[in-house]
Order: sequence, then structure tokens, then C-alpha cells
Amino acid sequence: MRKLRGIAFGIAEAIDQEMGKNRDIVVLGEDVTYWGAVFGFTMGLHKKYGRDRVIDTPITEQTFMGMAVGAAAAGLHPVVSLMFVDFLGAGFDQMYNHMAKNHYMSGGQFAMPVTVLTAIGGGYGDAGQHSQVLYGLFSHTPGFKIVIPSTAFDAKGFTVAALRDPNPVIIFGHKLLTGLPFLPFEGDEEEVPEEPYALEFGKAAVRREGSDLTIISAGLMVHRSLKAAERLEHDGISVEVIDVRTLVPLDSQTLVESARKTGRVLIVDEDYQSFGMTGELAFRIQAEAFAALKEPIRRVAVPDVPIPFSEPLENAVIPSVERIYQEAKASVGKENKVARSA
Amino acid sequence: MWRAEPNVEDLRYLATKAGLTADLCLTAYRQMSLIRFFEEAIAEKYYVGKQPDFNLAAGPIRGEMHLAVGQEATAVGVCLLLSDEDVVVSTHRPHHHAIAKGVDLNQLAAEIFGKVDGLCRGKGGHMHLFDKANNFSCSGIVGASYPQAAGAALAFKVSSKQLVAVAFSGEGAANHGTFGETLNAAALWQLPLIIVVEDNLYADSTPKWAAVGTSQQYQRALSYAVNALLVDGMDFIDVYRAAKAAVDRARHGYGPSLIEAVCYRYRGHFEGDLGEYRTQEELELWRRRDPITLLGERLKKLGWADEAALERARNEAKAEVEQAIAFAESSSLPDPNEAFAGVFR
Ligand SMILES: Cc1ncc(C[n+]2csc(CCOP(=O)(O)OP(=O)(O)O)c2C)c(N)n1
Ligand SMILES: [Mg+2]
Repeated sequence: MRKLRGIAFGIAEAIDQEMGKNRDIVVLGEDVTYWGAVFGFTMGLHKKYGRDRVIDTPITEQTFMGMAVGAAAAGLHPVVSLMFVDFLGAGFDQMYNHMAKNHYMSGGQFAMPVTVLTAIGGGYGDAGQHSQVLYGLFSHTPGFKIVIPSTAFDAKGFTVAALRDPNPVIIFGHKLLTGLPFLPFEGDEEEVPEEPYALEFGKAAVRREGSDLTIISAGLMVHRSLKAAERLEHDGISVEVIDVRTLVPLDSQTLVESARKTGRVLIVDEDYQSFGMTGELAFRIQAEAFAALKEPIRRVAVPDVPIPFSEPLENAVIPSVERIYQEAKASVGKENKVARSA
Repeated sequence: MWRAEPNVEDLRYLATKAGLTADLCLTAYRQMSLIRFFEEAIAEKYYVGKQPDFNLAAGPIRGEMHLAVGQEATAVGVCLLLSDEDVVVSTHRPHHHAIAKGVDLNQLAAEIFGKVDGLCRGKGGHMHLFDKANNFSCSGIVGASYPQAAGAALAFKVSSKQLVAVAFSGEGAANHGTFGETLNAAALWQLPLIIVVEDNLYADSTPKWAAVGTSQQYQRALSYAVNALLVDGMDFIDVYRAAKAAVDRARHGYGPSLIEAVCYRYRGHFEGDLGEYRTQEELELWRRRDPITLLGERLKKLGWADEAALERARNEAKAEVEQAIAFAESSSLPDPNEAFAGVFR
């Protein structure tokens, strides 16, 4: 099997393979031709399928999101690029009042097969309007399936699944996992099958097994959590790391089982802390594993401030390996380590 | 190149008629040089740590960087007519507008470096510059400048102040819904608003032909009953003439205008742009119409400045830029705890 470096390559390959088979798939968005939607998700496609199926749009998020709704209702499967998730404001009405609701409000008459690709995340100095993740906002709206791939394997398999799904699916690709040369890369080069394959939404992955503490995260934070878990192992702390992979549908069962096993849970999120993923996951876990918890569930997220520009400020708000490590240490505490070495 | 070139006598007539003097033109020349040197100095510092491997996160200036080399005439041609109290709302490509509006060069540079002496104490960065003292702001969100400038114009109208608001944008932004919505509101309420569309032929990698249904954006303003002018954005005198007419109208209660300035950015959309969407020949063609060289040549032809005066202006500008970059580099980074303060007043 050959290796792929980063999620952008997985996503682009999946679209290519599905477009080859399905004439109804069209790609819409800003700079989707020459620049592959800037973060590579549509790279190479226009050379193969031409400008009639890979369409550069004017800078009109509201309109091309609305056109995706109309085109999907008329039988196409649009793949729409929202270049940075931060630009959602310019197109959100068509997404949350129409794309997400038309199937339901029409009593099931209109399917809404739309795949939205969007780039998320900070950590490279792009400041408050180009560094957010915001999947919490979309997950809050009934009607979107929410995918946050942390590996090229997941990126390809979930994109294929999205392109075969009759519902709106949003793929949140983290910029620091794209594998593109102009950005830092915190993922791994990995083996990805060449043939197309679809992954099932709503199946979390245990990325590392452990017994003292469960860390739950998504996207880039999975990689930072794994790095923190390695350091914790040197301290004699055994950490289980779970990648939720999709927020909607959410695999509560895997989270609850792990919480029951370790009795300690730390949720790590790159989204704003309040009213988002951390709170929702904590609710679901305590609802079913309350008796097994040894302490209240903890979280590390972006404290409720915009992402600042300057490096020391940005580092202070986006969860780092160090912050995850410190919070995990505080959770497991000294007595655990002492007990082990005794 | 697409406008008739006036001979010296006609040029003198046009410039004088618009209120331009030798002094004003020399000031403009100096300002445009200041912008040029500033952008070039930022580019140089931006690549520190980013070579040979280009990585947005590396070096003393992180993140995206959109420079305006080649577009100096539009910023200066418009902003020379504004007072500190007039409002300018700019875009993701904001340095030339900021400098032309009089934003302090040291604080501007320090903000771009993320330093504590920056305009926004390092919180905003290159795409998010705010300067209350000069009534300047900008946004990294395309299409955001129009309504915000219109809001300032509404405030001036409501409070009967003889002030104007200017929204700068690219031609790509003029495809956005906020463009049409703002034109309608501005015409409806006869706001003292001037929209300046810098038509540099590209939005990111997307050429105009792939994104605009009409040949020019100013045509759309006309259909909203907004006064509209198409000018040569490489020609300071042409921009100034149009801007003077537009600002005079707005200041005296005769409502909004749109100025579309056809220009060109010499550098990539952002630094690191490989430019696969345009040809080297096109770039060379536009460089031959460099706005600073063009103004300098004309000043000499008009007898309004000699080469020595131009050189002096360039040297002063260069020294000012060097001073600002040194200031920015020697300023400190903010305390990490600053990150948690300032969401609310
Ligand atoms: C709402 C929104 N959509 C997309 C972008 C990404 N983007 C940044 S600049 C740009 C192109 C802008 O082109 P134009 O308005 O012509 O200005 P120029 O860059 O040429 O100065 C795009 C698409 C954005 N910042 N905001
Ligand atoms: Mg442009």
C-alpha cells in the first residue's frame, strides 16, 4: 500500500474517485481550480473534470450555499467549499435554515445530498477571523452530519461516505493536518488504500488504550492528546485516547465504556469552551457513567476569547500538549502514581 | 494604457482644475514611496525563517500576508482628501490604506510583528488593524467593509457632521451580497459614502472573467442610482480627480459615489502565491505603468519637481520605514495573560 501525507490528499482522492463514477457530483467554491480550495481538498480535480464540473464561484458564500441547496433538490450532489470555516457567517442562513432543514420541513420530499468541505483551526498566526474551528455551531443545528477527520485514512473514507450519503455532511479538515508544504504538519504519513472505501459515521476510534484516564478529542487535538499521553506514560500514568471522528452522529457508547473503565475523563477541544463539544460530551458521559466517575469530568478548550494574533497570545489559548499534560496530571494526581510505584 | 494620455498642457489643466499643486503632488509622491518601501520591507522580514521551506507559521511575522505593491495610487489618491475624522474601512489588504490615512508607521509595523506596541497590542495582526485616532479599521472577511463604512456615513448624516466614510474593497468583494445591499442603502438614504473598488483583475487565483458577469463593477452602482466613476488606478492624478469630485459631493450632502480604479498587484495575492493563474508578460506590462514612476515623470514634465526633490522624498520615506521596522523589531511580545483580557469593556 502507498502512503499519503495528510487529510487533504485523502479528501481530494475520494472526490476524484467518486466523481469518476457519479456524474451528479459537481464541485463549487472559491478558488477550487488552480488552488484546490486553498487547503488542497479539491486539488487536481479541474484538470480531470474541467471547469464545468469544478466551478470557481464569485466570492458569494450565501449564494453558492443556496445554489447547492437548489442543485441538490434538483438531483445533483454538490461538493461545496467553504474556504475557511470562519467565513460561515457570509453563507450561514442558506446552510442552517435551508440545507439543514429542507428534508425535514418538506416531510421528507427533498433529499439534501450536499458535502461541504471546510478548513479549520489555528496555530500558525492567522488571528481571529481565520483560526476558528466552529464545528460546535454546526453540530448544534439539527440536520448536519459533522465529520472531523484526524487521519488521511479517515479523511478519505468519510469523504467517500459523504458523497454516497443523501444528507448534508460537513467535513472539517484541520489546516495543520492537511500535509501541505506551506503549513506545519502535526499528523503522520500513513498507509491509505488506493481503492475507494466508505467509513461508517458514528464510530469513535480508540487511538490508544489505557486504564487511568480517558482523553477524548477530535481533529488536531487527537494528535496533541496522543503526545501528552506518551509523556504521561513516562510518569507512570496510563491514558486511553479516543478520537470521536464524527460529532453527529456521536458514538456515546465508546465514550461511556471508556469512562466506566478509567473513571476519569478529560475532554480536549479546539473550539470555544462554553456551550460546545466539551459540555455535550460531558453531559452524555455523566448521564450513563456517573457512578463510575472518580471525579468531575475535566476539559481543556479555547477559553472564551477570540484567537489572538501574536504568537505568545495564540499559544495561550489554543490547547497545547503541555496544557493537556498538566490537566491530565491534575486529574490523576499524585496518589495514583505513588500507589503504582509502591 | 487604456486611457488617453494627456499632453503636458492638458495634464497641467486637469491637475490644477482638480486642486492639485506641486506641493500636494510631491506629498503624494512621498506617501506612495512610503507605502512601497514599507510593503517591500515587510516582505523582506516576512521571508525570514520561511526560506528555503515556506511555512506560514515560521519567522518573526506569522500567518498570511497580503501586500499592495502596485496599488499605491488608489490609496493615496483618495486618502489625501480625507481628514482624521473621516472614516476609512479597509480589507485583508490594508497597509496602503492605513498608511495613506495617516496611521502611525511604528505602531502599524509593530502590530504586523505581533508586538505589544502595535496598534492593537498584538491581538489583531496584519488583517485586523484598528486605529481609533485616525478612524481606520479593516477586516479579513471579504465584503465586510461596505456596510461598516455605510454605518459610519449614516452616523455622520444623523449627527449632521460634514464628514465622509470610505469603504475600500477589491473587485472580487464587489460580487458579494453586501455590495449591492450597501449601494441600495447608500442611494436610498443619500449617505456620505464613497466606495472605492480596487480592480486588480484577480480575487485570489480567480480572474475577473471567471467571476464577474459585467465587464466592470461600476456599472452596477449606476443601476442603484449611485454616482459612479471608472478611473486608471495606476494614475494618481486620475484617481485624485475622481475622488475629489466624490468627496466634495458626499461632504456637501449630495450622496454616495463609487470609484472603480483599475490597477494591478505586482506581488502574489498573498506571499507564497505561485501565480500559476497569470502570465509573466501581463505582470511586465503593468509594471511599465508603475504608479510611482508615472507620477514622478509627470512632476518633472510639469516642472513641479526635479529629480533631486523626488530623490529626497524617496530617501525620507525609506528612512521612515527603516525606523518603523527597527521600532517593531525592538518592541516586546505581549504577556500571554493579555490573551484572556478584553472580550468585554
Ligand atoms: C467572506 C470571505 N470569503 C472568502 C474569503 C477569502 N478571500 C480572502 S481575499 C479573497 C479575494 C479577494 O479579492 P478582491 O476582493 O479582488 O481583493 P484583492 O485580494 O484582489 O485585493 C478571498 C476569496 C474571505 N476572506 N472572506
Ligand atoms: Mg482583486
